[in-house]
Amino acid sequence: MGLSAEDVGALWLTVKVASLTTFILLLIGTPLAWWLSQTQSRWKTICNTLVALPLVLPPSVLGFYLLLLMGTHGFVGQLTTKLGLGTLPFTFAGLVIASVLYSLPFVVQPLQTAFYAIEKEVLEAAATLGARPLRIFFSIVMPLSRSGFVSATILGFAHTVGEFGVVLMVGGNIPDKTRVVSVQIYNHVEALEYQQAHELAGVLLVFSFLVLLIVYSSLKSNSFGQR
Amino acid sequence: MILRLLTFCFLFAFHTFTHAETTLIAVAANFTKPMTEIAAEFEKSTGHTAQLSFGSSGKFVSQIENGAPFEIFLSADDKNPIKLQQDDFAIAESRFTYALGKLVLWSNAANYVDEKGAILAKGGFQHIALADPKLAPYGAAAIEVLKNMNVFDTLQPLFVEGENIAQTYQFVSTGNAELGFVALSQVSENGKITSGSAWRVPDNLYSPIRQDAILLKSGEHNPAALALMQFLKSPKATDIIRNYGYELP
Repeated sequence: MGLSAEDVGALWLTVKVASLTTFILLLIGTPLAWWLSQTQSRWKTICNTLVALPLVLPPSVLGFYLLLLMGTHGFVGQLTTKLGLGTLPFTFAGLVIASVLYSLPFVVQPLQTAFYAIEKEVLEAAATLGARPLRIFFSIVMPLSRSGFVSATILGFAHTVGEFGVVLMVGGNIPDKTRVVSVQIYNHVEALEYQQAHELAGVLLVFSFLVLLIVYSSLKSNSFGQR
Repeated sequence: MILRLLTFCFLFAFHTFTHAETTLIAVAANFTKPMTEIAAEFEKSTGHTAQLSFGSSGKFVSQIENGAPFEIFLSADDKNPIKLQQDDFAIAESRFTYALGKLVLWSNAANYVDEKGAILAKGGFQHIALADPKLAPYGAAAIEVLKNMNVFDTLQPLFVEGENIAQTYQFVSTGNAELGFVALSQVSENGKITSGSAWRVPDNLYSPIRQDAILLKSGEHNPAALALMQFLKSPKATDIIRNYGYELP
């Protein structure tokens, strides 16, 4: 294999961005999906629509508005500058925040579907027996929606690995800081270095295949797909 | 042993005295290859490091105006650097043309494009590729050529437009378009066409494709950025630029 140091750097950066993004998404996506699955609030439809928006917007459009919002003249940018954090675009943190927004529906929606599928009676029975809401969530909801968590993790991770338009716009293609694999492949193609592009795309393909294969085979023994 | 230690100390001192700095440069995608080579030479000659980011010139302008940390901008045209200097993000006096882009009509098939471009009037193809004239200067130049040869109206229905010159090259190199207007830098090496057949479009058929470099306000006080602006004009750099199929003003 002829992977250069820059290619390896891009791969490593991608793994870091995607792992951190997935972790954050599970942290905020779980309560959000739970609320959406249980609430009768009239804001529910609006929230569902907002969560789904990144599916519709072309990535470069989303990236452009994030750039404006988080940049020196943007509302978020001025806020972060006042807090002494500087501006977020073209940094690792900015890349992660953009990825969180972009991959949000891919984590929230599978969780939401899994939560819907849990029968109300089970939860009510637990409550009658005196279990507190948090206990119910951790001992009943989470085990019952295991497959939902697995799909959410896989989709969130995979979608972040594959993103391009947003990271190119918000990240700025800076070596070792914001140059992820998809952008590095784009660089090779722009330079007409098709051989290097093929190799890196091949590595990405094998890596993704193996990750998905491991996850799915670990689930096979655990009744994945029955629920 | 002592000698080695002394050498080490000397090198260390030398290193700190010269203050090797790093500069971050936004490079138009079509200049990826020559700039990678120039950056390596630059590091060898000055000890400074040039970090390169590649992308489309228009995108770089919106990124720079929103706080991107680039210190030098090597554009694919002259309009984008001029916009940055008007908006007060760049230093006007620093702007210069680092390369002139050359247009060729190219096909990946041998003996398909003749040396005078007569095939444009003759026809017989389904698609002709060019870069989007609104986004890419090579596309605008291609339109000029077709108009000057009075074949624009007949050929317009056969246009396939690439988002940039690299995508345009892909259309033609994969044979999906029989021929197309691409950059000489994409299909030549040391002045020779590497594959297929090509017509080098004469200079009088299109206005010069000026690729301008400009120092951005953020790089004003970085010695590495200032050194790179100088290095781009040095014979070492201009030799590389010419080798890749560009000309100099």
